[in-house]
Order: sequence, then C-alpha cells, then structure tokens
Amino acid sequence: MYVAHLSLADFRSYARVEVPLDPGVTAFVGPNGQGKTNLVEAVGYLATLGSHRVASDAPLVRLGADRAVVRASVVHGDRQQLVELEINPGKANRARINRSSQVRPRDVLGIVRTVLFAPEDLALVKGDPGERRRFLDELITARSPRMAGVRQDYDRVLKQRNTLLKSAALARRHGGRSGADLSTLDVWDQHLARSGAELLAQRLDLIASLQPLADKAYERLAPGGGPVGFEYRGSAGEADQGATTREELYEVLLAALAEVRGQEIERGVTLVGPHRDDLLLTLGRMPAKGYASHGESWSYALALRLASYDLLRAEGGAGGEPVLILDDVFAELDATRRDRLAELVAPGEQVLVTAAVDDDVPGVLAGGRFTVAEGTVQRR
Amino acid sequence: MYEGVVQDLIDELGRLPGVGPKSAQRIAFHILQADPTDVRRLAHALTEVKEKVRFCAVCGNVAQSEQCRVCQDPRRDLAVICVVEEPKDVVAIERTREFRGRYHVLGGAISPIEGVGPDDLRIRELLARLADGTVTELILATDPNLEGEATATYLARMVKPMGLKVTRLASGLPVGGDLEYADEVTLGRAFEGRRLLDV
Ligand SMILES: Nc1ncnc2c1ncn2[C@@H]1O[C@H](COP(=O)(O)OP(=O)(O)O)[C@@H](O)[C@H]1O
Ligand SMILES: [Mg+2]
Ligand SMILES: [Zn+2]
Repeated sequence: MYVAHLSLADFRSYARVEVPLDPGVTAFVGPNGQGKTNLVEAVGYLATLGSHRVASDAPLVRLGADRAVVRASVVHGDRQQLVELEINPGKANRARINRSSQVRPRDVLGIVRTVLFAPEDLALVKGDPGERRRFLDELITARSPRMAGVRQDYDRVLKQRNTLLKSAALARRHGGRSGADLSTLDVWDQHLARSGAELLAQRLDLIASLQPLADKAYERLAPGGGPVGFEYRGSAGEADQGATTREELYEVLLAALAEVRGQEIERGVTLVGPHRDDLLLTLGRMPAKGYASHGESWSYALALRLASYDLLRAEGGAGGEPVLILDDVFAELDATRRDRLAELVAPGEQVLVTAAVDDDVPGVLAGGRFTVAEGTVQRR
Repeated sequence: MYEGVVQDLIDELGRLPGVGPKSAQRIAFHILQADPTDVRRLAHALTEVKEKVRFCAVCGNVAQSEQCRVCQDPRRDLAVICVVEEPKDVVAIERTREFRGRYHVLGGAISPIEGVGPDDLRIRELLARLADGTVTELILATDPNLEGEATATYLARMVKPMGLKVTRLASGLPVGGDLEYADEVTLGRAFEGRRLLDV
C-alpha cells in the first residue's frame, strides 16, 4: 500500500498542509525544527493511533487549536480509500472512512500500515520494559487490527482492578472492612486473565516469528555480530510452565493472580500480567541492554524494525506492504550501516525519509524530494 | 460568573449528566430568551415527573404507581427475569417484542473507577425475588462492555448455587457499546440466540 495524499489541519506546527505523495522513495529535507518529523508522525498516527514521540495526544494539536485533523488517501492495489482522524485531546477522537458516517477510531486500523524507524528506537534496546511492550503490542495490532480492542479491554480491566485493589488497601490500612469491596475481585481476575491470555498468546506467537527475521536482519547490518535472541520474561512465569495457547495462558494467569493476591491487596496494584512483562533481547550470549555497545544497540534497534517490516510484508494479505518511514536515522549511522540499511529499504513500495541535509539521504534512495521550511512543504 | 439566579440555573444545568459548563450556559441563555409558556411547560414536566413517576417496588423500572406496567401485566411470564442496567434498557428490549418475562433493573454496573460496587446495585432485591423458586431462568442483559460483562459474571457466580438457567444475550451486539443503542433487529436476535453462561 501507499499514501497518495496527506492532508493536515492544526496538526503540530501545521495550520494546514497538503502533501501529494508517490509510491517509491520520497525525502523531506530541511533544517531542524522545521516540521519534517511532524509530517511522518501524522502518517504513523493513522497506523497506530499514537505518536512515536509522545504518549498523549495533546502535543499533536497545534498550539491554540482545539483539535487536529489528519486525512490520507491510501492506495491498496487498485483500491483507493480515504481515512480521516480527528484528534480531540481529553475527549473521544473521531474517525471516518471514505467520507462515510463516523466509525470508531480503531476501525481505521489496518488501512494505513507503517514501520517507523526513528532515533527514539534506541530505547527499544536500552530503555525500560515498557518500550519493548509497546513495540510488541503495536506490531501485534498491525498484524491483527482486532487486537486493538483486546488491548483496550485489558487496559480497562487493569484500571478497574487497580482501583479496587487501591480502595481495599486503603480500607485495610484504616482498619475498615474490605470484604464487600473484594467480593468482585474474582470477577476482575477472570476478565484480566481472559484478555491478558489473548494478548500473551499473540506476543509469544509474534516473538517466535520475529526472532529469525531479526537475526537475519542483524546479520545483514553487522555481519558476524550476532546471533540475536529473544526471551519472553513473563511476570506469571508462563515460560517456565511452557504455556503457549490462550487456554493454557488463562490458567497460568489465574493461578499467578491467586498466588500474589495478598501482596496485591497490600500494595494496591496488579502485580502479574502482560503489563508487567519484558522481552529480554540478547546479542551473542549476553543481554543487549547494559552490555551491547552504542553501535551494536543501534544495529539491534534497526534489526527489530527491519524484521517487523519483513514480517508484515510476508504476512501482508489484504493489508499490503507497509509504508517504511525513516525519520532522521541516517545521520545517526556510520557510512557502512547507512548504506546497508538504505539498500535493504530501497525496494519498499513506499519509503518516506526525513533528513536535515541532502547529503544525509543515501544515494540509493533517489526519488521525490520536498523541502520543508517554516511549516511549508515544497516539492522540488 | 453571572448574577444570582442566572448562575444558579447554570449551576443546576451543569450538574446534569452529559452537560458541561459551556452547554449549561448555552441552555440557560436559551431558556432566558424562550417563550414563557414553553418554559412553564418544561418546568411543569420536570415537577410532574418527580411527583408522579417513581420506581417499581418489584423490578426497579420507572412506574406511575406502586408497580410498573410490566410487573402489573398478568400475561407476563413469571418464570423468567431479564436483568438490565437501566430503565432505558427495558424500553429498548420492549421494542423488540421478543421478551415476555419480567425485568430487574440494577441501576448501573459494577465499576470501581466510578465507585460502584455490588452493594450500590439492586442485587439484594434480585436475590430476594429468586428465593421462592418461581423464577427458573435469568437472562443477563447488562451492556456488552467490560463493566456490563463483569456485572454479568458476578451475578452468574452469585446465583450459581440456586441452580437456575442463567443466560447471556448472544454476541452480535456491538461490543463496547450500550444496549439502548442496539437496533431492534440486532437486539431481538441477541435474545433469541442467548447462550448459557458458564462460570
Ligand atoms: N503542538 C504544536 N503546536 C505548534 N508547534 C508545534 C507543536 N508541536 C511541535 N511544534 C513545533 O514543531 C517543530 C518541530 O517539528 P519537527 O517536525 O519535530 O522538526 P524536524 O523538522 O526537526 O523534524 C518545533 O519548532 C515545534 O515548536
Ligand atoms: Mg525530526
Ligand atoms: Zn416492575
């Protein structure tokens, strides 16, 4: 698939901008702070309903405006679709497909698919577990858009359950009775385990498919430097018990919740479940985090993204090949890895690149070029 | 801030569900400029509804007398109770004409975030209605969202020892939504295809 037209209103620094796009490579070039990332961030938002830079929606709306609108015309083979998202911080976002009446925002997932490389990716290797969970969950949703609903359910159950635990913890500390409150805890356990197991099953399946692809990608970027290995660190001990199916994982989660219940009531938070898990990334025989050099960590992060791209492309189906977005990554790499990465992504159906200067765009990525300056986007 | 009574009106309107401060102001000024007979009709409707309408002593539905119309109707099947969150859900289900039993209105769903626990719902009253064995099937028609599902699971576990047939509306209802927004055909089908709830 590719994006044939991007149109923004009150998104980030743009009051209004219209950007016609072609398949193949397009580079956005301009000095820092001119609005290059803002453009590709908008494309990424259509694919994930989130920004790769910030956790909340508020910074995406132009200062002084109430809401932002991101609209894109998307081509899948011989079919063209128009998706539109209205971002209303603090309120429900709105979405439309083909100018129809409103749909739920998550119904637009799957129309635009992206794999985004950005300087922030280094955190996949060096950062907190939350970074890796988000990486996995976004990829799960790209593989199967229905999972957006499961993730939403899980987050909601977690919030309900934590609120219940907190009030129970409070009641206990003040010597009150918490019996009535806790009578519903079993119910929340059951719902948490149900959506948690679904999420876990998808994560484990993803990891199994992704690992060989990441290993291959790392070998291409840094020959002889691997191998790359993944180890899922589940808070419920699911790996030790060899659980992989939804049913097995459900039982494991329920048992783990029962086991930590006392502690949970003491502390007022949910202590097991996919929200507490981590993906251990190994390079050679060591964990990448804390052991890999800066350059190795970069290669690892790139390998994770390249593997995501290979996976989504291989499983493409109706979703089609994802748009590759490379935000300011070439400037971070030495000449060898820069050229290898460029060669690997060059054949993509659509590749969007941002760079501060023309020289940062590798030669094999010749294609359309825009100059971005002070909030205007001009085709050269 | 506006002067005395105007601000009082805005404050009162702002306490209504779904009415934010801006809407409250807009409605208040609409009322100020409206025809006096229109406003009197509105005021009358408000006081009437409070004086004349109450909640059914049996099921918790809105009623004009001691019991609601459904509970008073001798043709309704006493063996089946359909549990819903709000009186508006009764209206939605009545529209489908698929259900001939009686209702039980809980007055909400379990939601710790909103501070609603089982004791805040009409669950004790439900258990009392089930005690004499007349009721043989309980249909759990709480909203098809997380809180509705959790409430259904909770109820199913509570009544399990009573050995009733406990069913849940069939899927096909828009997930994450409110029962009242389901169209008649979908809701009707959900009734026909209700499934046994296993907890
Ligand atoms: N919500 C916003 N409203 C107005 N301007 C914004 C907003 N968010 C970011 N900006 C501006 O956008 C610019 C950053 O744009 P960005 O696309 O990140 O730059 P670059 O071209 O370096 O990638 C900054 O100048 C910042 O002030
Ligand atoms: Mg940038
Ligand atoms: Zn009644």
